Amino acid sequence: MYQKMLVPVDLAHIDKMEKAIQTAIDLATHYKSELCFLAVGTNTPSSVAHSPKEFEQKLSDFAQETAGESGLKVSADAEIAHDLATDLSKILVRKADELGTDVIVMASHIPGIADHIFSSHGGYVASHADQSVFLVR
Amino acid sequence: MGSEADTGIESPDGAANPIETDYEIGQDNIQTEIGPFGLDVHNPVFMISGLSIVAFVFLTLAFQESVGPMFNDLRGWLTSTFDWFFLSAANIFVILCLFLIVSPLGRVRLGGADATPDYSYSGWFAMLFAAGMGIGLMFYGVSEPISHFSSSIGGTAFGDDGMRTDWAPLGAAVGDADAAFDLGMAATIFHWGLHPWAIYATVALALALFSFNKGLPLTMRSVFYPIFGERVWGWTGHVIDILAVFATLFGLATSLGFGAEQANAGLDFLFGISVTDGSKVFLIIAITGVALISVLAGLDAGVKRLSEINMVLAALLLLFVVLVGPTMDIIKGFFTSLVAYVEYLPALSNPVGRADTNFSQGWTSFYWAWWISWSPFVGMFIARVSRGRTVREFITCVLIIPSLVCVFWMTAFGGTAVHMVSEGVTAIAEAGLPIKLFTMLEQLPMHAITSFLGIILVIVFFVTSSDSGSLVIDTITAGGKVDAPVPQRVFWCTFEGLVAIALLLGGGLGSLQAMAVSTGFPFAIVLLLACFSIIQGLRTEPAAVGPKSEATKADD
Repeated sequence: MYQKMLVPVDLAHIDKMEKAIQTAIDLATHYKSELCFLAVGTNTPSSVAHSPKEFEQKLSDFAQETAGESGLKVSADAEIAHDLATDLSKILVRKADELGTDVIVMASHIPGIADHIFSSHGGYVASHADQSVFLVR
Repeated sequence: MGSEADTGIESPDGAANPIETDYEIGQDNIQTEIGPFGLDVHNPVFMISGLSIVAFVFLTLAFQESVGPMFNDLRGWLTSTFDWFFLSAANIFVILCLFLIVSPLGRVRLGGADATPDYSYSGWFAMLFAAGMGIGLMFYGVSEPISHFSSSIGGTAFGDDGMRTDWAPLGAAVGDADAAFDLGMAATIFHWGLHPWAIYATVALALALFSFNKGLPLTMRSVFYPIFGERVWGWTGHVIDILAVFATLFGLATSLGFGAEQANAGLDFLFGISVTDGSKVFLIIAITGVALISVLAGLDAGVKRLSEINMVLAALLLLFVVLVGPTMDIIKGFFTSLVAYVEYLPALSNPVGRADTNFSQGWTSFYWAWWISWSPFVGMFIARVSRGRTVREFITCVLIIPSLVCVFWMTAFGGTAVHMVSEGVTAIAEAGLPIKLFTMLEQLPMHAITSFLGIILVIVFFVTSSDSGSLVIDTITAGGKVDAPVPQRVFWCTFEGLVAIALLLGGGLGSLQAMAVSTGFPFAIVLLLACFSIIQGLRTEPAAVGPKSEATKADD
């Protein structure tokens, strides 16, 4: 039913994504779909990587490590944002189309009062993406 | 498995020589929730600068009457005692930049040998120009050439103690209109040309180099790694970053104050909206609101777009003045002023033994301190958008081209105004500083439209300074993280507006300028150390090999 699954990951907070990633792998195994990990970074040094190049490397290592044994087709895509804090949600929606994915599985926090003012990334993606979206809370 | 071909990054970064350190970016940050909002801030830097700013705003508002004179005394003392220091420091920055253009070190590419630029020339240039000069061009474009012209033609005057009491630059030019024009333009260009842009270029280059090539966080302290080593992650670094936050905030507030003053004066001139503290405060609040929308929209959708709008509007106004004003005189003036600038440059930049103390202390030292206090902000902003340029390209574009644009702007606006004054239009000379631009536009046709455009420009310049400033302060106080939660930007953007309001009410523009100068002084010392770091850092970098260079071809 699903050919290609987009799994946005935050390399700085891997510990908070276990549940979402496990869900993604299980779903992908069930539907035999391709798993595409997406991470968005900055061109300035961050806690994850010192350069875009290193960021790309870390993501591809991470993708291999997490899903390499599942036997699924796995790809990794690193994107660099000029202004991550404001552009992340829009980039996720755009990349979902560009990469030709048909379902998005991502972690999101439980909505609170602040979400009425600053929309959560998951919330934005769910309301703006054409694909099916599975938010893991 | 993802190969290089299907990743989002278009080109490899190539050779660079990163600094090895155990420091992990964000390791001193606290990530917490205040109410419903998440925060991610560098603990000591955010706490100390945030609390001091809040305290400063309240104290200044509480003691409005007594702080004004205190700020003015402080400014006078700093600019007169340390004028030699400010002037020498600025000269050093110019020499460093010119040296880097011609030296082999200029071949180093920011972001690694094969990095590609993030922004096109037009977007890049619009952003660095809108951040770098901004409101000042509107405020001083007409008024400064007129001031120097009038004081020069008035000649020198001496007080009882034998000191010069006039404000003319150098030896003045009594009664000689042509010489006074040249001297006035040279002095104005001196304040808006190579020196300020060299200050910005130095800071921006230092930040870009240590962040993009050396892999350290994008914050002032990283620049000092070659000098202080691992200690930059401790209190030495905290102090440097806190100084940078203060300098940025007060430098910005000064500009916002100028902007409010001038926008209000313009509105009064055009629509009769009276100049009161209330209307200025209202303007600052309204404009801070627009800046908030811009920072929430982000760097590309907000700041860059506004900067580009800004450039188009400024170009339109400039074109109008050139075409409708004395066109040939302006074009001729551009070249004669450039020649005059070069001719008077050594004398104007001489730091010691000056007879024209009012000019060199009241104008030049103040300007240098103001530019320096702006430099962490403009520098960091320029750095952030300059990845992928070589050092030579970077300095040429940040130093030479903006200087030339400033020369042209000043000759167009100032030259036209001086032309009018010498033809007998006394209104311009008599008008107050903020209103001079509008009195000049009134002499030209369609002044209702152009004056309105002028006000819009002041306001947009105001917004582009405020939004990019918030991004910068947020990055410094988040320990170099550029992806800190959005509510933090809102906090800083709001407080820039509040500081501007507090200072305007507590003693007006005088206090704004005084605070800019006071934070500029310690920061000038920091910048001199940065020059040493830049050379050290560049010497350990492999020279640039662009996509078309032979070294890259050999790899293929």
